[in-house]
Amino acid sequence: MSNTEQNIDQGKIRNFCIVAHIDHGKSTLADRIIEKTGLLTSREMQAQVLDNMDLERERGITIKAQTVRIIYRAKDGEEYIFNLIDTPGHVDFNYEVSRSLAACDGAILVVDAAQGIEAQTLANVYLALDHDLDVFPVINKIDLPSAQPQHVKDEIEDIIGIEAQDAPLISAKNGIGIEEVLEAIVEKIPAPKGNPDEPLQALIFDSLYDSYKGVIIFCRIKEGRVRKGTEIRMMATGAKAEVVEVGYFGPGQFIPCEELSAGMVGYITASIKNVKDTAVGDTVTDARNPCKEPLPGYKKVNSMVYCGMYPADGAKYPDLRDALEKLQLNDAALRYEPETSVALGFGFRCGFLGLLHLEIIQERLEREYNLDLVTTAPGVIYKVHKSNGDVIELTNPTNLPDPSEIEYMEEPVVNAEIMVTTEFIGPIMELCQERRGRYLGMEYIEETRALLKYELPLNEIIYDFFDALKSRSRGYASFDYDLKGYEESRLVKLDILINREEVDALSFIVHADSAYERGRKMCEKLKDEIPRHLFEIPIQAAVGGKIIARETVKAMRKDVLAKCYGGDITRKKKLLEKQKEGKKRMRQIGSVEIPQKAFMSVLKLDDK
Amino acid sequence: MRKLGIYVHIPFCIKKCRYCDFLSFPAPEEKKREYVSALLKEIEREAVYYKDFTVDSVFIGGGTPSVLPEGALEELLETLRQFYRFCSVSGKDTEDGMEKEALLRHTGKGPAENMAEPEITVEVNPGTVNRKKLESYRRAGVNRISIGTQSVHGKELAYLGRIHSAEDFFRTYQDAQETGFTNINVDIMAALPGQSVEDYMDNLSQIASLKPAHISAYSLMIEEGTPFYEWYGEGRMEGRTLPGSMGMDGNGGPVLPLPSEDEEREMYECTDAFLRKKGYHRYEISNYAMPGKECRHNVGYWKRKDYAGFGLGASSMVDNVRWKNLSDMEVYIRRILEKNESVREEISRLGIQEQMEEFMFLGLRLTEGVERKEFRRIFGRDMEEVYGPVMEKLSSQGLLETGGKVRLTPYGRDVSNYVMAEFLI
Repeated sequence: MSNTEQNIDQGKIRNFCIVAHIDHGKSTLADRIIEKTGLLTSREMQAQVLDNMDLERERGITIKAQTVRIIYRAKDGEEYIFNLIDTPGHVDFNYEVSRSLAACDGAILVVDAAQGIEAQTLANVYLALDHDLDVFPVINKIDLPSAQPQHVKDEIEDIIGIEAQDAPLISAKNGIGIEEVLEAIVEKIPAPKGNPDEPLQALIFDSLYDSYKGVIIFCRIKEGRVRKGTEIRMMATGAKAEVVEVGYFGPGQFIPCEELSAGMVGYITASIKNVKDTAVGDTVTDARNPCKEPLPGYKKVNSMVYCGMYPADGAKYPDLRDALEKLQLNDAALRYEPETSVALGFGFRCGFLGLLHLEIIQERLEREYNLDLVTTAPGVIYKVHKSNGDVIELTNPTNLPDPSEIEYMEEPVVNAEIMVTTEFIGPIMELCQERRGRYLGMEYIEETRALLKYELPLNEIIYDFFDALKSRSRGYASFDYDLKGYEESRLVKLDILINREEVDALSFIVHADSAYERGRKMCEKLKDEIPRHLFEIPIQAAVGGKIIARETVKAMRKDVLAKCYGGDITRKKKLLEKQKEGKKRMRQIGSVEIPQKAFMSVLKLDDK
Repeated sequence: MRKLGIYVHIPFCIKKCRYCDFLSFPAPEEKKREYVSALLKEIEREAVYYKDFTVDSVFIGGGTPSVLPEGALEELLETLRQFYRFCSVSGKDTEDGMEKEALLRHTGKGPAENMAEPEITVEVNPGTVNRKKLESYRRAGVNRISIGTQSVHGKELAYLGRIHSAEDFFRTYQDAQETGFTNINVDIMAALPGQSVEDYMDNLSQIASLKPAHISAYSLMIEEGTPFYEWYGEGRMEGRTLPGSMGMDGNGGPVLPLPSEDEEREMYECTDAFLRKKGYHRYEISNYAMPGKECRHNVGYWKRKDYAGFGLGASSMVDNVRWKNLSDMEVYIRRILEKNESVREEISRLGIQEQMEEFMFLGLRLTEGVERKEFRRIFGRDMEEVYGPVMEKLSSQGLLETGGKVRLTPYGRDVSNYVMAEFLI
């Protein structure tokens, strides 16, 4: 097959992606396509080939874009090259999604035959249409008892406004209708355009760091060609390098080839050491024969959510630093800088795209690097306008200047769209009100479903908004958002005092109106988490030195072991050791020992 | 001659109680007999290690040792005497153990009255012994009976899943007395589900009115792997306040709430005050005795005396080495009867540090506490040198008396785990 590389007919290439709401079967369909085209037998396929990381497989989401080239012999007797670019499926990674889409010429829209269109479906399909992709729908899970394919087809036509009557009816899980999808790819997705003889212009839609090859750039060649020896330049970052290897994506492996030319999707390696130099969205060109202008749409990715990460065992600080360094090689969106907390010692203030990104990094640090972490409450970046005209971008609540020096503060606000069945409109609106949402409007998608539009402060949705949304709609609501900008807001710093000592790691910024409620919940949570001591421990929440809530951990009264049968001292000692070990893992604040998990438990203050 | 305690484990019972996580289960008679023959063989093959020891206490525990087939327990004691040297009445140790006649003459007296005589305890459950059985035990040399009743309230007994009634207990007690046993222990449990302080105190006073030589009073613990754990989980640990109705128990009745932490503590305090008035003294956190009737075998554990454990899952400590027998019945039987191999597992030699830790946390269970002199004698170092800061801290917290002997204060006893964990290095 690799011999045919050199003379690829541009007309036989199809670059596409699959867009869907989470759980609607995107990755399963990708697997079936790969399987059907004979690249792997089903025996060789691990479920969902494209989701590489364990974490992705476990959570059933795609975190990093994955790409694979497939050869398909169509009914017209011709062989086609499919480049399937699987995109991340979460709002945190919206920008990456948009760059992946920009690398495609068309998209398959997967809609669940039982659930119909969801908020994410809409957000993703509009994103695809914005990139001028040709979108065709497939109706998945048609073998479910609750499937209503005709209804869903109508819905797609009514709401999205794309032709859906001849949409393939499939079950990706059970391999029904896959042939039809493959033929539709050939028919409905346009071949790429672009001239191989123009100067090189390639879009970076992802990159990863490999310890042998250095950074591997995933790109779509829009114009021109690139091969070993080409001196390339990244137009936004300015980084230059000589190409060592080009190739395309086999399932789970990189397959080198002579050249990548206009219309193709593949990879470039060039001994680049850091993914920061190969930012997603940047344009690769030939340094000696550059294109006139970069491809549109590049932007620097900014962290939206910040939190402190500390090693549970202070001695592991260097390990945490090394691990963050390594993760950053592959994740340009991850930010970190050292910080110190009185309560938690040495650690890092880390920036993330969103809460999911945060959770993923945290889990990877714990699993892949075997680190035990204490994480502080995540916060957003506040803009603090000081009386002297300075503006501070505040990522750590403890750095908030004295209130007397503050003129006013601003917080980030998002535009949110929530799709919900009509019976839950009430509870969801209530939730948005509680979270300081500003109602923008509501559209009835159909009789039983509506799209609610709200402006919400970002700091209200980074905690447990998803959970609350799910529980108040019995799982039926779906949610999407994008950043609108900064707005002035009445914000205060909420401090927690344990045994009358302020615990810096527990402070956070909150809207003045929510301070009491949040303070009260935190005190309640902490009361449950802090073990009894020999003395009574007051737990207080305070704003500007004024106590607004209080709970008390009562003094320990009894802690005796039962009978020691048959002289089994070892068992008794193990219990005492466990008790002692538990104490070791605690943080000492004054004379109070606080378990690590107390710091974490206040992150989730879900309403009931 | 070095002294040795012997523990023999009988892992059988008629039916498992709902709180019980000990190595104990019902079994057919055939299995019991097979077990006993393996046990006797183990006792015999292990004897070679104990040539230099004199046995001064034997504790046959379970499970319910009294469910063994007729004659088995007697044979067990016979075998022990055959292969181990027991301390004798005359103070002279004979090669083939103690003579029955000599022993019989003295079983009327408690072991404390004659330290030369070994203390031989058998645990029995009410309803599993009768006069005939008890007389036979006595002839075999048993001089202490421990009756596990836990409660004398029918409702509580049923809820715990015990096999006997309150009447069974009183009859068994009377039988033991009439057989001539004067050294009797009764086990009672506090903080039972649905139990008020008054309920508990009524239990205690009914038992104390019998004037047993020894009373063990423990709080119910919710152990993993028991039906109670399914019902109560670890909620117990967090202050014990649990909702009143949490579903149904095994008999279709409601699951009863556990007493609160305050109630449990009150039960503890009342036990001490009440039994003191009745002439008992608390010599260990949960054990009360008439003067001189302290359980020699159990005190041995706290004072780190050498002891050998025989039978399934039994623990031993000799020469600062701890081990445990394996706890799979079939493997145990096969190893001994077919392969004639050792059944010891989890063997660990205690380092000096571990010995010091044990010296402290075991010794502090005793009311009299631990002695600096003794510490110095064993370890060649001053207690202060090793534990000075810990003792100072605990003393300032009102948990430890450090004036003469080092011992727990009443409050220290309430939170003894907290105190003992501090002595782990």
